[in-house]
Amino acid sequence: MSWYPVWRRNFLVWKKLAGPSLLGNLADPMLYMLGLGYGLGGLLPAVDGVPYLNFLAAGTLAYSVMNSATFETLYSAFSRMHVQKTWDAILNTPLGLKDILLGELFWATSKSLLSGIAILLVVWVLGLYADLGMTLALLPVALLTGFCFAGLGLAINAVSPNYDFFLYYFTLAITPMILLGGVFYPPTALPAWLAGIAAWLPLTHAIELARPLILGNWPKACCRMRWRWWPMGRWDLPPP
Amino acid sequence: MSPVKPPLSLRGLSKSYGGQLVVDGFDLELEPGRCHGLLGPNGAGKTTTLRLALGLIGADAGTVELLGYPMPDQARLARRKVGVVPQVDSLDPDFTVGENLQTYGRYFGLSGKVIAERIPSLLDFAGLAGKADAPILTLSGGMKRRLTLARALVNDPDLIFLDEPTTGLDPQARHLIWQGLRRLIAQGKTLLLTTHFMDEAERLCDVISVMDKGRIIVRGSPRELIAGHIEPHVVEIYGDGLGEWSACASSFCRRCEQAGETLFCYTDDPEKLVAELEASQGLRYLHRPANLEDVFLKLTGRDLRD
Repeated sequence: MSWYPVWRRNFLVWKKLAGPSLLGNLADPMLYMLGLGYGLGGLLPAVDGVPYLNFLAAGTLAYSVMNSATFETLYSAFSRMHVQKTWDAILNTPLGLKDILLGELFWATSKSLLSGIAILLVVWVLGLYADLGMTLALLPVALLTGFCFAGLGLAINAVSPNYDFFLYYFTLAITPMILLGGVFYPPTALPAWLAGIAAWLPLTHAIELARPLILGNWPKACCRMRWRWWPMGRWDLPPP
Repeated sequence: MSPVKPPLSLRGLSKSYGGQLVVDGFDLELEPGRCHGLLGPNGAGKTTTLRLALGLIGADAGTVELLGYPMPDQARLARRKVGVVPQVDSLDPDFTVGENLQTYGRYFGLSGKVIAERIPSLLDFAGLAGKADAPILTLSGGMKRRLTLARALVNDPDLIFLDEPTTGLDPQARHLIWQGLRRLIAQGKTLLLTTHFMDEAERLCDVISVMDKGRIIVRGSPRELIAGHIEPHVVEIYGDGLGEWSACASSFCRRCEQAGETLFCYTDDPEKLVAELEASQGLRYLHRPANLEDVFLKLTGRDLRD
């Protein structure tokens, strides 16, 4: 638990700026969901047997969690490391790099879980679910998704020389996941070769878990995970 | 063998980066309760030495013992009783003064209650009494440095590393920091200070080590270094006609060297030289006692190190 003071530091800063932070994290995905769900959904027949807005809810939840974890571990953590020298200050105390990374990892996971909960509240309020009890299982799904993307984000952070480098990750990983991962339509709508690519994207797997829970089925896809959460698999770190 | 373990002991320490030897067979042993200065031009290896001492990096060869613990293996234990004032500001800009101390104290595993009890005396020490609720953005450069010093004391350390603690401060702020450091020495803390200000080192340090190219070149008290390495008087000469005059300068002093438009004459007996300069037209001069900066420049040269 020696990572806890690092987590706590980030939490206390977040608490001070919670208003704008929550708005930034939540307004964007919510507007996408409602705008596209009602606007575009009005033109569409039922998708997977439900109104388009209901279909969109699971994808929005997963991508909101992904975005939240990604921004936190890229821009925010990078600022703490390079600009504010927060990590340098911590390394002069008994804590080591492993504590800092675990603190950052769990913090980004916590923050992204909060994004997931906010979308879940909208799902509940608008009644976009088939089975209320089953939607509770979305909480561990959001937690796992946030954890996965926080780990990926920290790995990218570690190899980035500057903020501009993040664009590679956004353009080559995040954007393809949002557009191909099944947020806006079922992956079966894609031609086989694109669906093949989509099947490798972590966001696809998160949505494969989340969508059935909203539509009222237990997910069957868990065993199809193609990636072991590889960024977390190793600790090639210097001693603390 | 001294009965008390030295707060920091570096033996045969070497570290290279990209094939270049940055620290080269470095030995240093600190005496408890004294202020030690580590001086050297840019690139001499001071910061790398500090990072090795703190266990932030491992050495290629040699051993580091910090407060009796082998580094970097037991860095976590050793750093519980070590304070660090880093060169670059690393205060949390989103927190107030008090919150900065609270958060930092938690990294040492201290409870909120213990830290809260220490905060008033820490702020008092740093001349920041009543500022606990002030945001960092409202502090001046000097106040931030003092807060960084207070932050380094939150764990009541036995040994304090100070990496250029007064760089960028005005004279008033520097004097305040010096007062604080003197009080720490009086409390029996051991200090290791790096600085580019020779007057700072001369004022504060009991023992000074001058390093260059990764090695210690000389070690001693400021007085010993000045007495042992340089003539007691310095006359700086500049102005019109210096060119012609410098040819005969060596007959008036033991050693002289020209740097730009100024001639530095080092001598045991300045009277003849000063009389000669008084009589000459156009030349201006400054006669002063030799100081640590003269020693430093003599030992490390006048060339720029970037």
